[in-house]
Amino acid sequence: MSIAPGSIAIVGAAESTRIGSVPEMSQIMLHADAALNALADAGLKPSDIDGVACTGAMMTQQVAHYLGITPKWVDGTSVGGCSFMLHVRHAAAAIHAGYCNTVLITHGESGKSRINATPRPPEPQSLNGQFEAPFGPFGPPTLFPIPVLRYMKTYGVTHEQLAMVAVVQREWASRNPRAAQRDPITVDDVLNSRMIAYPFRLLQCCLVTDGGGALILTRADRAKDFPQRPAYILGTGESVETNMISQMEDFTSSRAFRVAGPEAFRSAGISHADVDHLMIYDAFAHLPLYGLEDLGFVGRGEAGAFIEARHTAPGGKLPMNTNGGGLSYTHTGMYGMFALQESVRQVRGTAPAQVEGVNISVCHGVGGMFSASGTIVLGRERP
Amino acid sequence: MALPAGRPRPEPTPETQHFWDGTKAGELRLQRCQACEKAYFPPRPFCPGCGAREVSVFAASGRATLHSYVIHHRKVPGFEPPYAIAVVELEEGPRMMTNIVDCPQTPEALQLDMKLEVAFTPMDDEITLPLFRPAQGTPAGERA
Ligand SMILES: [Zn+2]
Repeated sequence: MSIAPGSIAIVGAAESTRIGSVPEMSQIMLHADAALNALADAGLKPSDIDGVACTGAMMTQQVAHYLGITPKWVDGTSVGGCSFMLHVRHAAAAIHAGYCNTVLITHGESGKSRINATPRPPEPQSLNGQFEAPFGPFGPPTLFPIPVLRYMKTYGVTHEQLAMVAVVQREWASRNPRAAQRDPITVDDVLNSRMIAYPFRLLQCCLVTDGGGALILTRADRAKDFPQRPAYILGTGESVETNMISQMEDFTSSRAFRVAGPEAFRSAGISHADVDHLMIYDAFAHLPLYGLEDLGFVGRGEAGAFIEARHTAPGGKLPMNTNGGGLSYTHTGMYGMFALQESVRQVRGTAPAQVEGVNISVCHGVGGMFSASGTIVLGRERP
Repeated sequence: MALPAGRPRPEPTPETQHFWDGTKAGELRLQRCQACEKAYFPPRPFCPGCGAREVSVFAASGRATLHSYVIHHRKVPGFEPPYAIAVVELEEGPRMMTNIVDCPQTPEALQLDMKLEVAFTPMDDEITLPLFRPAQGTPAGERA
C-alpha cells in the first residue's frame, strides 16, 4: 500500500536566522535556532511536536531534549547530505501509519566555524580506512570528483561545460540576498580559479558554511489550518549504493540516483513535463549533470550541453538550483536541507528568485560521495 | 621507493588480513566466488554477487588500466602535491583506489585507459601498499 500523493504536507519551513559564518552558535544551537524558526513559521510550540528526525549518532535525543520535545517517533537516518530527503520520506510514512502526527526535521552544522562540530575521521580499520584513505583523499573535494574524468571521456563533456554549471548558479545567487556569493562570474573566471583537485577548481567546489534548517510535516487534512501555504508531498524515493567512491559500479551514473529519482516520479504520478522547478544537490559542479541524466530529464551525456544552452538558467525552461546552490548559496556540509527549503519556498511562491507559476518542484539530494540519494516531489496543490 | 611519513595507515581486520599479507609477500590477492565465479574487491568472506560463503583467494595478475582520477593540489600529511588519487580497473574486473608512481602527476601523462602494473610499496614492516605504475611491457605475472 502506498501513500496517496498529497496526503502529507510540509506546513513549517525555515532556515537558521543567519547562514554563512555563524560563530556565535554551536552545532546544537543551529539545530534549535532553525527549529524555533520553523515552529514560528507553522504557528506551533515544541509541545505540539511528537516526532523528531535529524542526522548523527545519538542526535535525535539531543535535539529533542534540547528543544523540550517528548517524541513518540524518531528517525536518526544519517546517510550524508540527503538525509533530510529520507527523513521527509520516512516521516510521511510514519504520519500515514499513525505513529505520530507532527514531525520536526532539523539540521544544524557548524561546517565553517567548527563549534561542537561532528568529527569525520576515516577509521583505519574501516574499508574506507584500509582501501581509500592510504592513497591520499582528504575530504570531499578529493573524493567526489574522482569519477568526473571518466564521465568527460565517455561523453565528450568539456571543461567549459562543467564551468558553466557554476556560472549559471551564480546568476541565480545574484538574485538572492542570503546567498554567500553573489557577484557574477564567467566561464573564464571559473577556469582560472585556483586548482583544488583536477579537473575541479575552487569555483566548481561547494562553499563551506555554518547554518541550519528545519521542516514540519503533518497530515494534509490538517494543513489548511496553518498560517503558511502547505507544500504537499506528492512522491518520494531513496536509495544507497556504496560509501567508497572507488567502488561505485558506474563512474558515469549514480545507481542511488537511478533508484531514488524514478521512484519519486512514479509515486507522485508525474512525468518530466510536469516539473516546473528542480533542485539537484550540487556539492560539486558535476552533480547537476549526473542528476539531470539519472533522473531522466535529458539523455546520457546530454546534460553538459543542456546547461550550456541555459535551459536551467534564469528564464530557461527548467529552472534549477534557484537559490544559487551549494556552489553559491550555502553548504554547511549537509546541503540537502537547504535544497528542500528552496523547493518549499518556490512552491509557496516566496523565493527570492521566484520562478513564475511553480506548481511542482523536484528536490534531489545526494549523500556521501554518490553513496546515498533521496528525491522529494512537492506540489503547490493537493491532487 | 620510500613513502613520506604521515600517510594514513590501514589496519587489517580478520576479513582483510589475507589481502595485506599478500601485498607484503608481493601478491595482489583478490577473492572469487566458487558459485558464480565473480571476482571481487574489497575483501569479505562471502560473495557480494550472490551471498555464497564458498569463496577462494587468488593472486591477481597485477595488470590494470587507469579508470579515473583527480590530481590534488593541496598539501596534506604524507603527500607532496600535486599528486593523483586514482582508481584503476584490474584485469580481473574489480576496481581499487591507488596512486600512480613513476609517472608525472599531470593530465598529459595520466591518460585514462593507459596500461598499468602493480608496484608494491612498503609503508613499514607490516603494511605494503599496492600502488601502480605505467606498464613496462613484461606482464607482472610472467616476471621471474
Ligand atoms: Zn557469487
